[in-house]
Amino acid sequence: MEIPKDLKYAKTHEWVRIEEDVAYIGISDYAQEELGDIVYVEMPSPEDSYDKGEEVATVESVKAASAIYTPITGTVKEINSDLESTPELINQKPYEAFIFAIRFSDASGFDELLDAQSYEKHVEQEKDSH
Amino acid sequence: MIAYLPHTDEDIEAMLEVIGVAGIDQLFADIPRELILKEPLQIPAGLPEHEVYRRMRALAERNRVQNVSFLGCGSYDHIIPAVVSHILSRSEFYTSYTPYQAEISQGFLQAVFEFQTMICELTGLEVANASLYDGHTAASEAAVLALNSVRRSETILYSSTLHPFTRQVLRTHFSNLPVHLEEIPSKNGTTDLVDLVAKLRPGVAGVILQSPNYLGYVEDLSGLAQDLHDNGSLLILSANPLSLGVLKPAGEWGADIAIGDTQALGLPSYFGGPSVGYITATEKLLRKMPGRIVGQSLDQEGKRAFLLTLQAREQHIKRERATSNICSNQALAALATTVYLATLGRQGIREVAEQNTQKAHYLYGRLVKETAAEPLFDRPFFNEFPIVLAKKAAEVLPRMEERGFYAGVDLNRLDPSTPEGTLAIAVTERRTREEMDAFVEALKEVLR
Repeated sequence: MEIPKDLKYAKTHEWVRIEEDVAYIGISDYAQEELGDIVYVEMPSPEDSYDKGEEVATVESVKAASAIYTPITGTVKEINSDLESTPELINQKPYEAFIFAIRFSDASGFDELLDAQSYEKHVEQEKDSH
Repeated sequence: MIAYLPHTDEDIEAMLEVIGVAGIDQLFADIPRELILKEPLQIPAGLPEHEVYRRMRALAERNRVQNVSFLGCGSYDHIIPAVVSHILSRSEFYTSYTPYQAEISQGFLQAVFEFQTMICELTGLEVANASLYDGHTAASEAAVLALNSVRRSETILYSSTLHPFTRQVLRTHFSNLPVHLEEIPSKNGTTDLVDLVAKLRPGVAGVILQSPNYLGYVEDLSGLAQDLHDNGSLLILSANPLSLGVLKPAGEWGADIAIGDTQALGLPSYFGGPSVGYITATEKLLRKMPGRIVGQSLDQEGKRAFLLTLQAREQHIKRERATSNICSNQALAALATTVYLATLGRQGIREVAEQNTQKAHYLYGRLVKETAAEPLFDRPFFNEFPIVLAKKAAEVLPRMEERGFYAGVDLNRLDPSTPEGTLAIAVTERRTREEMDAFVEALKEVLR
């Protein structure tokens, strides 16, 4: 299981890459593995605004449908339109296949995100509880 | 008389012994004493089979099945080709219920797939489901689909020209949900579109209209879809699917969702049901469609095969976030519609729809010209129209019945806002010229 050191993670298994005032959000290697073959990603509309913790996208696999939440309040700057025709990119390269990007104004919301080491611990705990 | 119970006294005794209970009564010990019957129900003893037949036949003969029907308002007296009931009564269809096990349900799945395809072609939209319970509940499902698809929406606008039952079902369905329903008034028999457009605002998920509406009048929806889309709202259009043989379908009006009831396509009126609801939508809304969807695929040998698909929407996968909670469909009744449509074909549907239009307009012309009845409004209609009698409908209808006619539906009884004495008269392809001429003479007599 790959957990890149340069990214932040949410307990709901999103990864976050912050570039200035934009946060790129995808799902972790562990999440894609758990979901199985991903067949569809339901995207938000660009420019729509979302509150922290709100459901922004849905990732559907052959066995489940999972909500993707935003860890920060802001507006949708960009969606990864490649995923509309090739959603399996999330299985193949989970950390390159961002799902959407949020432009934010207040970075303090990121305080609750985990670093790679804490996220790994969180995943281990979750595996144990299964 | 045999009781038709599979267990002998010995069986019962053996089972009681295994579970260590002295008698069957003990199994019901939890039921409060005062709720238990003290003596047998006061019902007549059983009858031999042939006596039951005799009794039932005598009851059936009291029905006035020979009366000529001009009843409509959602349930019509159409010709149903014999092939429909023939296919329907084949045990392969009649006894199989739910197609979860795709590999042994190919016949039914294919029939439903054909149903979906033909409903899409009729309505001019892209995706259909395997059917809903009826046209009225289809309206509720369409409203839910709109609310789930339009972000931060909580309002559904609907026209007061929707069938009164549809309006009742909508109000019941949403009565305990955080959804705001708002009725758009009508003007001269059709929806007041100026009022509708004025009510558009953020939060409106969709607008439900019906054409031909419950009075029978055709709504003019030119430009409406654009106004709605500019507001981020969806257009939901309900239609008698048979009318689409001559009228513009939802897709051409720019609607996002089409709904209705397929009773007119191969199903008798029975006593008001069972019927079939249909729902079709643009491909964009596919992932939020309610109910079952049958898809076409290939099996491991590369042959065409059918299956239930896109189940991620449904509650057994998406749990509390599901956008489909129907989990069923009107399989057998939808099959009737499928066989009906396949039998008639594109040309046949057009022909039936044209006959409905022409016959209804013939009768309308004669009634307006020759009797004391007045049209409610002067508006284009398909196969039914309202006329206002100089007398109460409750007075006229029994007298027409004595003369061999079910003359129409008393609209005031259906919706008290309609003037008293308003009769909705439906004319299908099944009515002959002789029947209509006799109807005019009978009504003249009764109104005299």
